[in-house]
Amino acid sequence: MSRRLAALFATFAILATACGSAASPTPAPSAAAPSAAAPSVAASASPAPSAAASVEPSAAAGGACAGAQASEFYNQAECERQLAARTATATGPADSLWLQAIAPVMVDTAKFKKDGPYKVCFSNAGVNNPWRVVGYNDMVHEVDIQKKAGVIKEFVHVDAGGQDNKQISDIQDLLTQKCDVLIVAPNTTAALTPAVEKACQAGIPIVDFDRGVTTDCPVTFVHPIGGYAFGATGAEFIASKVPSGASVLALRILPGVDVLETRWSAAKAIFAQKGIKILGPEFTDGDPAKTKSIVADYLQRGAIDGVWMDAGATSVGAIEGFEDANVAVPPIAGEDQNDFLKKWSDGKLTAIAPTYPTFQWRTAIIAAVDILQGKQVPKEWVLPQPTVTSDNLAKYFNPAMPPLFYPMCGCQTMPGFPADWQK
Amino acid sequence: MSGLTPAAAPQVGQPVTATSGGARLWRSLGGSASILVILVVVLAIVGLLNPRGPEPVYYLSLLKRAAPLAILAAGQLFVLVAGEFDLSVGSIVTAVVVGSAVLTNGDESRTLPVVGLLLAFGIVVGLVNGLLTTKAGVPSFIVTLGMLLIISGGVLLWTAGAPRGSITNNLRLLGRDGLKNVPVIDQLPYAAIVILVVGLAAFVLLHRTNFGHRVFAVGGNARAAALAGANVAVVKTAAFVVSGVSAIIAGILLAGFGGLSNNAGEGYEFQAISACVLGGAVLGGGRGSVVTSIAGALTLVAIFTMLNFLHLPVEVRSAVQGGIIIAAVAYASYRQRTG
Repeated sequence: MSRRLAALFATFAILATACGSAASPTPAPSAAAPSAAAPSVAASASPAPSAAASVEPSAAAGGACAGAQASEFYNQAECERQLAARTATATGPADSLWLQAIAPVMVDTAKFKKDGPYKVCFSNAGVNNPWRVVGYNDMVHEVDIQKKAGVIKEFVHVDAGGQDNKQISDIQDLLTQKCDVLIVAPNTTAALTPAVEKACQAGIPIVDFDRGVTTDCPVTFVHPIGGYAFGATGAEFIASKVPSGASVLALRILPGVDVLETRWSAAKAIFAQKGIKILGPEFTDGDPAKTKSIVADYLQRGAIDGVWMDAGATSVGAIEGFEDANVAVPPIAGEDQNDFLKKWSDGKLTAIAPTYPTFQWRTAIIAAVDILQGKQVPKEWVLPQPTVTSDNLAKYFNPAMPPLFYPMCGCQTMPGFPADWQK
Repeated sequence: MSGLTPAAAPQVGQPVTATSGGARLWRSLGGSASILVILVVVLAIVGLLNPRGPEPVYYLSLLKRAAPLAILAAGQLFVLVAGEFDLSVGSIVTAVVVGSAVLTNGDESRTLPVVGLLLAFGIVVGLVNGLLTTKAGVPSFIVTLGMLLIISGGVLLWTAGAPRGSITNNLRLLGRDGLKNVPVIDQLPYAAIVILVVGLAAFVLLHRTNFGHRVFAVGGNARAAALAGANVAVVKTAAFVVSGVSAIIAGILLAGFGGLSNNAGEGYEFQAISACVLGGAVLGGGRGSVVTSIAGALTLVAIFTMLNFLHLPVEVRSAVQGGIIIAAVAYASYRQRTG
């Protein structure tokens, strides 16, 4: 009898999980998504010139982002601002993208000035996806450079493993460790904001980077332009390569993640403006096998004239879907992941790779040091977000690098390159 | 894919042999053959919905997609029939996909040694699962759930969430490529051949050998089997080893089909068990069939494809899929009760 009951229970558990596993987002892909700026913070820096944050169609008409459906993730003013920022001239040295800033509003840091060498502490959301592995590697090497220069004496890194609670207590612990500056890469915006506010009250300067927090108490917030720009760049490219009325397959990792929703809403707006029919969007869960199956099924249903993706993780899976069906790969938007660049280079594809540069991990260290040295820093340090195109592909694609390497790392000139990024 | 149905048909129609194992085989196949009907129906719908019609090439490409699950189901069945569960197989698949990339690092000369190493890993995991279940008296649900956590944690620790290296091209052939220039079907996927060979081996092992008969006996009534002279611990442990090895083969197929991914095998353990149950296996042991379990795996994949072709919104698809699975099992169990 008890055995019967156990079997019954197990059946329910299995069915629930088997079906649930298809529906629920897996943790890994959500972490695989490099994140964009929190709109609420970013919007404060420089208001968009033309389009006010209004839902009125008249106000929206003509804007590059017009046409996206209103959703809790969509902020048209921020979208317009990001799209304009792509062509804005950044200040700073042309050969060091990680030192550049777009439309910076400088803040005074004299009150934080102190003598070095410094103890730099870093609360990290996690090193749990390839993008973050490359970024953290960039960061460690920037620390080495600063150590050799006698600027940094100690670097404390605490990894929260992708857990909000762990990161909240990590930040509390770091506050007792006599850090000269605290760098925070928040795991999620909402959960970490109170912890960051508390850290600000402790009096040490805070550098926020990657994901935002909804408080302006950090001295600076370092991030690339953002998700709308990322999504739009890929969509504009595809739209320029296919005729109006063409069908473009949209592949997304999973729904409900703000940083990925921004990419998608900008792309959707552009496709709508250009009269392009969207196939999907389909969710890949970051799984290349599933991506491949989706492509194969859509190829049965009809022609795919282009592929837009919200992140590059499964772009090779998508390309293989076409290869295995003996169909020419259509114009495709991926990301600056080395395996995608290799496919692109080998197959002479029509492709583009918007980037969410890992070099921001370098910038975070540089900003921390600048603050302690009393140099002015931008209140919001908006880094450029370069695009890999067929014109500059040869510059960024390096066949000697591993498949999950992101070349927009600003690391090619650092001591230890390439060996330390090939391990 | 459709080739499987005729292959299974003669077994259904086979005369009942005098041995108790043969009789049980007859009952299990006869009772659960309804999955074959469901599979044919789903495949027919897929063919009807497909704007290009029922293309043989497309059905064969579905086999590539379904092969890892089919192999996993064949292995899982041994454990289920023996009255246990193996939840560790999904994490083994992930370990194989990640391990084959990290250990070979794209160097084709390392493929064979790495495959050997991985097979050894599968055997060891199966042994540990089996010994902990039978000797330490921990329910297999817990042992293999713990093993799932240990292996996936180990993979995370090993790769820090970002697997390095790349899977060698010759390793990927098995899951991705096929025999070229075959008449009518153009390309015969190696994955189809693997399903046939592994399926046949599993069929013979479970339904045609003394060991297989003991697996049924142990799962049907462990006490009676022990009194009849079967070594319950050895039989169950061997079943776990079979499952472990099948997970390695499935992992190699998936590494070939999908390429490198650090969560490749996630959820596969439950899909494999679902496939077996769809194929008429009884949780608790004593009943199940290799042919119908593989058919169950193919059905799961075919249902997913059918929902793709139905243009259903993504959000609705998994719910519909769940409903279909429950309905299919209910139908099979109804058929079984009414004979």
